[in-house]
Amino acid sequence: MSMAPTLLSVEALSKSYGGVHAVRSVSFELRAGEILALIGPNGAGKSTCFDMLNGQNIPDSGRITLLGEDTVGRKPRAIWRLGVGRTFQITATFPTMTVRENVQVALVSYGRQLFNLWGSTAQFARDEAGRLLDLVGMGAYAGRPCGELAYGDLKRLELAIALANQPKLLLMDEPTAGMAPRERIELMRLTARIAREQSIGVLFTEHDMDVVFEHADRILVLNRGSLIAEGSPEEVRGNPQVRAIYLGEGLVYDARHREGAGA
Amino acid sequence: MAFYFVQFLTGLASAASLFLVASGLSIIFGVTRIVNFAHGAFYMLGAYMAFTLTERFSGALGFWGGIVVAALIVAAIGVLVEMVLLRRIYHAPELFQLLATFGLTLMVQDIVVLIWGPDDLLGRRAPGFRGAVDFFGQNIPSYDLFLIALSPVVLGVLWLLFQRTRWGVLVRAATQDRDMVAALGVNQKWLFTSVFALGVFLAALGGALQIPRDAVHHALDLRIIVEVFVVVVIGGLGSIIGAFVAAVLVSELNAFGILIFPKISIILVFLVMAVVLIVRPWGLFGKPEAAARRTPGLTVNPWRPLTSGERLMSLGALVLAAMLPLFAGNYALTVGSEIAIYVIFAASLHFLMSVGGLASFGHAAYFGLGAYGVAFLAKAAGLPMIVSLLLGPLLGLLGAAVFGFFAVQLSGVYFAMLTLAFAQIVWSIAFQWVAVTGGDNGILGVWPDKWAAGPASFYWLSLAIAALAVTVLRVIVFSPFGFALRATRDSPLRSEAIGINGKRVQWTAFVISGTVAGIGGALFAYLKGSVFPDSLGISLSVDALVMVLLGGVETVSGAVIGAIVFKAANIWLVSQTDLSKLVLGGFIVLMVVAFPKGIVGTLETIRNRWRSPDTKSALLASRIETAE
Amino acid sequence: MRRRHVLGAGLAIAVAGMAGSAMAQSEIKIGEINSYSLLPAFTEPYRKGWQLAVEEVNAAGGINGKKLVVISKDDGGKPADAQTAANELVSSENVAMLAGTFLSNIGLAVSDFANQKKVFFLAAEPLTDAITWSKGNRYTFRLRPSNYMQAAMLVEEAAKLPAKRWATIAPNYEYGQSAVAVFKKLMSEKRPDIQWVDEQWPPQGKIDAGPVVQAVAAANPEAILNVTFGADLVKLVREGNTRGLFKGRSVVSFLTGEPEYLDPLKDETPEGWIVTGYPWYDIKTPDHDKFLKAYQAKYNDYPRLGSIVGYQTIKAAAAILAKANSTDPEKLIAATEGLSMPSPFGEITFRKIDHQSTLGAYVGKTALKDGKGVMVNSVYRKGADYLPGDAEVAKLRPKE
Repeated sequence: MSMAPTLLSVEALSKSYGGVHAVRSVSFELRAGEILALIGPNGAGKSTCFDMLNGQNIPDSGRITLLGEDTVGRKPRAIWRLGVGRTFQITATFPTMTVRENVQVALVSYGRQLFNLWGSTAQFARDEAGRLLDLVGMGAYAGRPCGELAYGDLKRLELAIALANQPKLLLMDEPTAGMAPRERIELMRLTARIAREQSIGVLFTEHDMDVVFEHADRILVLNRGSLIAEGSPEEVRGNPQVRAIYLGEGLVYDARHREGAGA
Repeated sequence: MAFYFVQFLTGLASAASLFLVASGLSIIFGVTRIVNFAHGAFYMLGAYMAFTLTERFSGALGFWGGIVVAALIVAAIGVLVEMVLLRRIYHAPELFQLLATFGLTLMVQDIVVLIWGPDDLLGRRAPGFRGAVDFFGQNIPSYDLFLIALSPVVLGVLWLLFQRTRWGVLVRAATQDRDMVAALGVNQKWLFTSVFALGVFLAALGGALQIPRDAVHHALDLRIIVEVFVVVVIGGLGSIIGAFVAAVLVSELNAFGILIFPKISIILVFLVMAVVLIVRPWGLFGKPEAAARRTPGLTVNPWRPLTSGERLMSLGALVLAAMLPLFAGNYALTVGSEIAIYVIFAASLHFLMSVGGLASFGHAAYFGLGAYGVAFLAKAAGLPMIVSLLLGPLLGLLGAAVFGFFAVQLSGVYFAMLTLAFAQIVWSIAFQWVAVTGGDNGILGVWPDKWAAGPASFYWLSLAIAALAVTVLRVIVFSPFGFALRATRDSPLRSEAIGINGKRVQWTAFVISGTVAGIGGALFAYLKGSVFPDSLGISLSVDALVMVLLGGVETVSGAVIGAIVFKAANIWLVSQTDLSKLVLGGFIVLMVVAFPKGIVGTLETIRNRWRSPDTKSALLASRIETAE
Repeated sequence: MRRRHVLGAGLAIAVAGMAGSAMAQSEIKIGEINSYSLLPAFTEPYRKGWQLAVEEVNAAGGINGKKLVVISKDDGGKPADAQTAANELVSSENVAMLAGTFLSNIGLAVSDFANQKKVFFLAAEPLTDAITWSKGNRYTFRLRPSNYMQAAMLVEEAAKLPAKRWATIAPNYEYGQSAVAVFKKLMSEKRPDIQWVDEQWPPQGKIDAGPVVQAVAAANPEAILNVTFGADLVKLVREGNTRGLFKGRSVVSFLTGEPEYLDPLKDETPEGWIVTGYPWYDIKTPDHDKFLKAYQAKYNDYPRLGSIVGYQTIKAAAAILAKANSTDPEKLIAATEGLSMPSPFGEITFRKIDHQSTLGAYVGKTALKDGKGVMVNSVYRKGADYLPGDAEVAKLRPKE
């Protein structure tokens, strides 16, 4: 693992809002094929961190190097072009399209055909879309309207969309939020399998500690914007500081995220 | 200097009535998300009602009693409208309520003439406020002073209402997040009704208070409604303070603007709005609009291209339509040409609105620019028809490229309002710049060349171009670009995350749409032989919206049917009755209530139900629904 | 897509079916278009006027024995809709001529249509000079005294005023702009000594009267030219009265003496304005008496200027059709050029040179009587006296 190339390198990343430090000098690295979890209580700065990596938010200071390129100030779409797939806490898909079309749009973008006014999308990369859907176990649903999928299926569809640009890195914000326990485990197993097979690095935030400890190679713990611990699941589990501020509260996941999971 | 001070006060007095009406509109929009086109109609009803009460019943109520009772009566009418009409369509696609309230507005225009007669009515002056106050040699009407004092009072009362009552807290919460209020277990129905009543009351009060200054007549509604929309948008939707500040801003800029540029009034509010929206996309006091709530159940049907059978049938229908000259007279052919042109226009807006999710309130600008483009080329440059037809729409393209660039930076109602502002600016240029455009007298003598002059040839030409435009737009809908556009509409977040430059995609769509509208306008110029500013006007833009909504905004071919039905009904009604507005408005309202999915949307639902009669659950049935 | 064509075809069949049978030999049809739904205040009296005329014509034996039928259409205030209506009247109803219209742009649209389709058009009310001059054509005639004529009548009176400092208030569109331009030009010719100190251009129908009145007052003119009308005029008068704008100042105002515009002002009518208009209560000629009695008997209402125009439009059309004894447009044109006929205002003639009728207008001053606005000291001005010389007119009209 340590021999794999560095995909993502974050150095002294900081962001504050009106004097409140949302993220304070956070640094870490992520290697190809590695699954890295970013955890912490609500308000620890996970989302801000994520948004900065994704290009939706611009840090006050610090460096983000993705596949050798400095990405600070780049738009999300530019970062995607570098090879980053993204899933959202509340799924973001295209409800008025079929499941297959959802993936095809991503493939259209990847193939740089966005301004093609004359081709037929129905035939565009149909096989590739089917392959991606099969990969996440959604092949049978390809012709279904996306707007009618169950939430767990939407999550899997989103994963297929995120894989369309053959990413080197997957950013997954609470990938299992709002899912039933069995579905969570299935989704993360799937993700881990794909990541290992294709040597994709995965960075995810998560509230469910069972998911984190089962699937993460390494864990980063944020508290009040600062990185307070980093290491293997065992190391983090044993870290007294982490236990005190986080696990000690017995808070495994925030019930709110089970609600509000509308497509 | 006394003069400037008095001019300032005069501006404040003008702001007062604007504020009353605008605050009502803002409150209604904030909570119900209804773009209440009928707000001007309620304003006008308030004025008429107050006229009658103060003329006929001033003994019982007194002048002021008459004003307040008038506003209350109109508010009661508003409640009735909300309960009978709007309640049924809150879950219809966005903007459908606009169609309903537009229908109401049309009806009210004819109804007031039926009740109160066609003449301008001069209301009473307010007792105690007939004269003027001398201020260093300048006269200020005392009624102006009354109005100036009134608007902060109304603002204060509204503030207390929203800050200090439970109802107000709920209203504010609903303005922020409608679904949250529903989750709190509040009876949303009555909250909406009461909000609507308050908004209508304010509009009617604004109208009633105008009777000492203005004449009461049946065109009051349109005079106020656009200006009020603009004020609300400048201030920020849902913000009452914003409405107040914007009303004062607009009125003062006007009061002082005319001292330097006496011709500024016609364009001023739109200029201010365009500038404000470009600098502050959510208005002065507005907040970014929450992502548009998509209505489940209506939007889940993915579009699909026509099957080969359907294609054959379409072709057959086209051939049939092309045979019209064999048995129809000149008038029918000219009407057919006009309908074909409106099909092009409606299809172009549909592309932007349904496919792109960008509802333009000023789409006539590009139609009209295409028409003027042709008129300039044919009249000024003397080019032959075929060349003018090809080049004329480029003016529409140019306009769409420039305005679209700014407009696509916004979304939702703000986008709609910025497009409206641009259209109004273009319209006022055409209307005022007599030397170039002929002003409202237009450009005459743009008749087709010989080969297209006959009604049948022109009909074939229009039909062919309409078929071509609709086909091309349809192809684009199912092209990779069309999918990118729909992706941007469905989820800006996701489309950005898969590398789609949403603004550029939308801008391209805007330009395509504007160009196609320009093609329609170019044909229209030749059909009519002349071009007038009203081919750039608001009412044409609204017609286009109505056609798209009527056909079904969430269908692929709705605009075509909407255009045919609306235009045919319109031409026929105008020809048959002077009360065409009443009938057409009533027809629209009925359509909205009976077929909230539009004509084509409803037909599709019926067909899909009929095709799958034996599926066990409705859910399963809806799964195989697709939209053609 | 499919349904579009089916519907389109169905519609066409329906329309074709409605198109009506061939013109009955025993009647002559006139196609009439006006803005009935947009401007009912003006077009209702107008309609009553022409309906009275149709009755009178048919009671007197029709047109050379044929019954006169008027088919009337609403244009909704839109030039494009007016053309659709004109087309329907010509193509489907086979009318002998078109008549009517109120708004200048609609008049021009129908005039252009008439020119293109070679149909005779008698424009009733539009004021724009363009319809007989810069955009005049051989198929179009106009009844009502034009913008230029109204301006010339007013200038004659205005030039007698001592005032040297003038301000103008006019709606910001072609009518307002050309009214001011003509008035200024004619006035400056007669009175080179006057100065134009301010001009206000409120948008038509949307005047913000307070600031406008203030701005004019600040320029301190001795006299004011007003071109606003309708609801704008009401607001202007109210603000002007309250703020004392008209005190000690002369005001000259287009059309304000017409009952359509004067009556809504009720007891707030400003006194002493020099206006053009129609003082029906003061006209004591046999021609007018006859019209007035018939109108009042039929409608139990008093006539407006629109009633006169509507009445005379059909009377003129009947005279033209009778003289031509044909519905051929060329014969109609030949019959109309130089044709003289009686009218409630006395004899009028359709000029050959520019197809303008010589119908005149009354010029007088506004006054208050029993809480209502009236015109006093009014004098009828014959239209023929307020048109430029033939050489000038010939230059104004495009070459045929």
